[in-house]
Amino acid sequence: MTQYGVVLFHTTSAVMRAEKMLVKGGYSIKLIPTPRQFSSDCGIALRFDWKQREQVKTMLDETKVEFDTMHFFNT
Amino acid sequence: MIYLDNAATSWPKPTEVLKAMTDVLERAGGNPGRSGHRLSIAAARIIYDTREEIAQFFGVSDPLRVIFTSNATHAINLALKGILKPGDHVVTSSMEHNSVMRPLRNLEKQGIRLSIIPNDPDSSLDAKNVTKIVTSNTRLVVMTHASNVVGTILPIAEIASITHKTGALLLVDAAQTAGAIPIDMQSMGIDLLAFTGHKELQGPPGIGGLVIADGVDASRIEPLIHGGTGSRSESEEQPDDLPDKYESGTANTAGIAGLGAGLRWIKVRGIGEIRGHMKKLSQTLMDGLSNLPKVKIYGTLDPERSVAIISFTVAGKRVSDIGLRLDEEYGILSRVGLHCAPAAHRTIGSFPEGTIRLAPGVFTTLDDVQEAIAAINKVVQA
Repeated sequence: MTQYGVVLFHTTSAVMRAEKMLVKGGYSIKLIPTPRQFSSDCGIALRFDWKQREQVKTMLDETKVEFDTMHFFNT
Repeated sequence: MIYLDNAATSWPKPTEVLKAMTDVLERAGGNPGRSGHRLSIAAARIIYDTREEIAQFFGVSDPLRVIFTSNATHAINLALKGILKPGDHVVTSSMEHNSVMRPLRNLEKQGIRLSIIPNDPDSSLDAKNVTKIVTSNTRLVVMTHASNVVGTILPIAEIASITHKTGALLLVDAAQTAGAIPIDMQSMGIDLLAFTGHKELQGPPGIGGLVIADGVDASRIEPLIHGGTGSRSESEEQPDDLPDKYESGTANTAGIAGLGAGLRWIKVRGIGEIRGHMKKLSQTLMDGLSNLPKVKIYGTLDPERSVAIISFTVAGKRVSDIGLRLDEEYGILSRVGLHCAPAAHRTIGSFPEGTIRLAPGVFTTLDDVQEAIAAINKVVQA
């Protein structure tokens, strides 16, 4: 079973920008409602494959997408 | 019917614009950024994509600096009221629309000092006159890119370099130019650009925006309204994040989708080609009207230095009578009067009677303007 992580953002626009960058980079991601256990910040969070957490973080940093936090997340 | 009132709002709209708007309501009807389900995400994607396209269109690298508003007036109010504080000095031209003049007159009552640079009677502005008025106390220069009465394009790049020497910001009202002539905020030195979607950008009414140039510190601009943004919901304070700081309340997703389709339509057709077509229409109208007896045309009479807006009067006749006859007898739709720009009409000498304004659009043909000239000729002779 895939283990997931989520990235939380402050704004919807940042989520949209992150989604575009990561999809372009070939990552398997999905936008989901922000899990309540983490934050109430922005309604949408980005779920990714936890195995790729380093690459995802590097990509977000390199493309200057501002994000809040990153968490391990299993439903 | 020949529609020559595109400076008020462009019509007809490209069918792609109508389709994009119905599509978004059918397929992406969620509230963008609020809920996190598929319809909410679909709406947010459309809005973000349009932000990117607008940023690219106006030469700004960060799409989050595109702030959606309901129209250019809203964007101008946001910039003026968000930046100016009592005691600040603001400079404008004498060709402004009331979307600029009314908020400035209102701010004047609150202790903002206003200087109005006189344009020449032909509506043009010598940038040298700006140098004398902009000082180190000037916080903002606000100027129309092109007059909504006579179409004259003001020398924005020159004014920008004068403005920046004193540390002031330049706000440009691009209501008549966005989509009509190329605008590159970076190379022209525009700090803040107010645009509307429903004119030459071919979009629907109810959508516009303020674009904040890459280097401009947004902490200098206070929001006009406060409220929900779908972000930082734990806080009762307005967030500082762009664009949320200035975009409280549910966005006009259908309007934004229509605006995006309008932009893409312009890109496919090419703004250079559009500009070339409009110049031909302007020249034809100017030549045709110049040959008519008793007709006086206002402005620079130079299609190179103006967007396609032509204002004229007829000696001994009321502008409203001519407008009504053109509509009723010939199906030619113009706009007569003061065009919400009393300052501009005072400058060109047509206050308080106003002018008859002809504003062709991208769908207007050479035959259309020739037919209009023939009709005006008959009305003038009658």
